[in-house]
This record gives sequence, C-alpha cells and structure tokens, in this order.
Amino acid sequence: MRRTSFTNVVALALGLAFLYAPIAILVVYSFNASRLVTVWGGWSTRWYAALLEDRALIDAALASLGIAVVSAALATMLGTMAALALTRLRFRGRLPFAAMIYAPLVMPEVITGLSLLLLFVAIDLDRGFFTIIIAHTTLTMCFVTIIVQSRLANFDRSLEEAAMDLGCSPGRTFFAITLPLIMPAVIAGFLLAFSLSLDDLVIASFTTGPGATTLPIRIYSQVRLGVKPEINAVCTIFIVVVASAVVAASLIEKSRNRERPRFALT
Amino acid sequence: MAKKSVGQDAEGAVSPRARLLVAVPYLWLLGFFLAPFLIVLKISLSETAIAQPPYVPVLDFAAGLRGVADFLAGLSFANYITIAGDDIYIFSYLKSLKVAAVSTAILLLCGVALAYAIARAPRRAQPLLVMLVVLPFWTSFLIRVYAWINILQRDGLLNQALIWLGLTDQPATWLATDTAVYIGLVYSYLPFMVLPLYASFEKLDESLLEAAADLGCPRWKAFFVVTLPLAWRGLGAGALLCFVPIVGEFVVPDLLGGSDAAMIGQTLWTEFFANKDWPVASAVAVVLVVLLTAPIAVYQHLQTREIEARQ
Repeated sequence: MRRTSFTNVVALALGLAFLYAPIAILVVYSFNASRLVTVWGGWSTRWYAALLEDRALIDAALASLGIAVVSAALATMLGTMAALALTRLRFRGRLPFAAMIYAPLVMPEVITGLSLLLLFVAIDLDRGFFTIIIAHTTLTMCFVTIIVQSRLANFDRSLEEAAMDLGCSPGRTFFAITLPLIMPAVIAGFLLAFSLSLDDLVIASFTTGPGATTLPIRIYSQVRLGVKPEINAVCTIFIVVVASAVVAASLIEKSRNRERPRFALT
Repeated sequence: MAKKSVGQDAEGAVSPRARLLVAVPYLWLLGFFLAPFLIVLKISLSETAIAQPPYVPVLDFAAGLRGVADFLAGLSFANYITIAGDDIYIFSYLKSLKVAAVSTAILLLCGVALAYAIARAPRRAQPLLVMLVVLPFWTSFLIRVYAWINILQRDGLLNQALIWLGLTDQPATWLATDTAVYIGLVYSYLPFMVLPLYASFEKLDESLLEAAADLGCPRWKAFFVVTLPLAWRGLGAGALLCFVPIVGEFVVPDLLGGSDAAMIGQTLWTEFFANKDWPVASAVAVVLVVLLTAPIAVYQHLQTREIEARQ
C-alpha cells in the first residue's frame, strides 16, 4: 500500500518551491516598471519594448538559434549512430568508444572548451560560428547517445527480426521499423542537444571568434555589470520558449506512448 | 542459428554499412575529443611566447625524426613547476575540491529527500513530479544562476524578507560569499542528483520494506538499512554526476562568489583570457583532468553497469 507521508509532502513542497521561486521572481520582476530592480514600481512591459531596439541582443539571439539548430541536428545523427553501434554491434575498440561517449558528460566545460580551441588554433581553422557548431556537436552528441541508448536497451527485437524474415533489407528494416520506434528518444535527444547548445556559455566563449557572439555570451557580459531589467525580460522570453517546447515534446511523447499498444497489435 | 540483427549478416559479421555506423561517430570523437586533449598536453609542455598564438609549438612534424628528437629535447616542465610553486594554483585546486565535496554532500541530502518523496508519491503523479524537477534544468543554466543575483544582492529580496520578518535589522551580505556559491551550486545541480536517485528508488521492491515492517523495523530505520543500501548505484552516479563538473565549475563561482579565493575553473579562465598564458592554462587543465580521472572512471563504470543491467 502506497501512502504519501507528511514528511514526503513537505520535502516535495520545499524542493519544488526552491526550484521554482527564483525563476518566478525573475519573471515577475521582468514586468517591473521601475528601473531599480529591487523596488516594485507597478506592472509594465517597457523592458520588452526596449529589447526590440537592442540590435546586438537580437543578432546574438539569432546566432544562438542558428548554432543550436545545426549542432543539434548533427549531434542527433552522430549520437543515434553511436547509440546503435554501442547497443547492437560488437566491435574492437568498443570500450574506448564508450569511454569517449561518457567522458564529455561530466568533463568540466572549461577543459572541453580550452582543448577544442587549442585544436582549432593548431589546425589553423578560423574561429566563429563554424567552430562553435563543431564544439557543441561534440558535447551534445554524447547526451543524445545516452538517451537513444536507453531506449534501444528495452526494445523489442522480434519486430526487426520479423521484418527481416519477411525479406526486408537491413537498411529498410532500420527506416521502417527501428527508427519509428526509437523516434521519441531521438526527438528528446534533439531537444536536449538544442537546449544545451542554446544555453552554453563556457565552451562558446573559448571557441568563438571575432564577430560571433551568442546570446549567453551577450547576457554574461551584461550580467557581470549587475542586474538589469532588460536582462530579466530576455531571460523570461527564453524561459517561456524553452518551457513550452519541453511541455509540447512531453505531450507528443505521451500521445505516442498511448498509441503504441494499438500499433503493436495491428 | 546465429541471431540476425540490423547491421549484421547471418554469420554475425559486421557489414560494411554497419562499419560506417561505428566509424563516423568514432572518428568524430577521436578528432574533436581525444586529439584536443593531446594538444592540451603538448602545449602544457611548451613555453610561453608573446606572439599569436601565444605559445611556441614544440613538435615540428615536417622535420621528420629530427623534429621528434628536437621535440623530446624541448619538452619543458616549467609550467608544471610554476603551478606547483605558486600558492594561487594550489589553493584553487583545494578550494574547488572542498566546494565540490561540501555541495555534493548537501545535494545528496536534498536529492535523497526529494527523490524518495517522488518515488513514494501516487504512481499517477510521478511522471508529472519528475517533469517538474527536470523542467528548470532545461531552462538556461546561466539564467538560473543570474536569478539568484536578484535574490541575494544587498538590497535583494532575501534581505528584504529577513528584515520584514524581523529576523534582522541590518541587511546581511549574501552575494560574493561562499554561501551564495553553495546555494547556486545546489540549485543548479539538484536535477542531476534527483534523476538517478529516483530511478533507483523507483525500482525498489516494496515487499522488502513490508518484510522489514513485519519484522518490527520502524520506517525510518528501514529507510537507512534497506532503501539506501539498495540504491547505492544511484547514490554513486548522482554524487559523481555532480562532484566532477562542480570541481571545474566556472559560471556559479564567477557570478555568485567573491573575488578572494577563486575556484580552479576561474583560475584557468583568467589564465587564458586575461593573462593570455596558454601553456600555463593547459597545464592547469591537465592537472585537473588527472585529479578527476579516478571519479570519472568510477562514474563510467557505474553508468556502463546500469545500462548493461537494463539490457
């Protein structure tokens, strides 16, 4: 019998309050009419209007979005391949491969950033959007691999075997059976890669070049000078966009889950 | 008969197409993850130069064998001697390890309480609760740290609340202290701790707890002698998933911490961006990787076992 005890309810309430209070405060204060960030001056959307004038900030946001889309697409491809290789194939060098997949997950960002920059300098690659994309792809493909791998781990292989017994080629089996079944994990991996790329400050700071400023680099340079209402507004927009994307993705995943038994029966 | 699968023919040999499946991500990681490390190692053994890029390349491949010989002769441990001889670096490493250890301990306490509460909640509510914990992790790390500046600064909401409650009449200094760094770290890394712990608690066979209760074990005691030992893999994974990145953390101590004692991530950053001393920055990075090798290896071991256990 499952019973939610009083201590557990308190733990949940405190935990969620701790997680959400700072974000809620940030969102509320982005609508503060006062320039003084700690004094409440009534509701206003003036800081959002001010954002539209800030050309540098908009450019940085667009650059970040572009980098995030391209690197997340690359990372999803590479990460899915790596996950398939790790779960399906026995090959020489599997252990070092697995080690290279798990290491970037915990590697401090300053080290990843520094080492990639030194590589780009060593091979004389001009730094800019392109190098940030390579750096982000390298980091985020490992997250994609983990997500897709865990989906493949509890995957019903008999469906693939049936398709192959009926004469499907391995390639066709992959696109007709395997890929649709692991799609939710692939989409989740893409979204995670996208949001990690959009969010990254440290690695982008190391691997960027002249003229390539991403949104986090821009926000960071502003934040160092203190809290500003405009930054509260940017952050609020960012939070709303990301939160609605995540909620939408989880709803999609849920509806797919509900459909699956029907699919399996037909 | 050999079991067929995608990418393998009847004999189980890896087909050329499947070889591509391995080769592409493998080469990518070799080129963009492993090779950069070797370059860091090499540059950490170079000497600082004033020109751009600010280091003297030591290995000249074009000169062939003689180049290699010159390379070996030219290796210099000067940068490591600089690090070992300077208190700034030693204190940075020690401070980072201390901050990471303390915040991981706090995270374990909070994480266990939260993950356990979720695992004991009604089944239907669990996916929603997990999502609520993970959702802040999806919003920007930088933004979440920044949000705390709003709260912790001198005339910020925390001091306003404390004064309003009558707990203090003088605004206390929160920002630019170690306390602020701990708050920021615990806040940022909590989802990383809760997820592996929840996964362990959720798998727990409840009949074991019932058996403990039948044998007269109080619930709090059953938690310590049954639940926690069974969840050790989740505890280990969660602790390392937090400890290792926190040692090299830059954003949190930079925005919330004071300027007196920098953590090693900040020292590396300053060495690189402000002092433009790439060889010393590389040596700092190499020592950091060496320090973290053991925890990373343990984490990989746990992660591999976890995934293989599920297969």
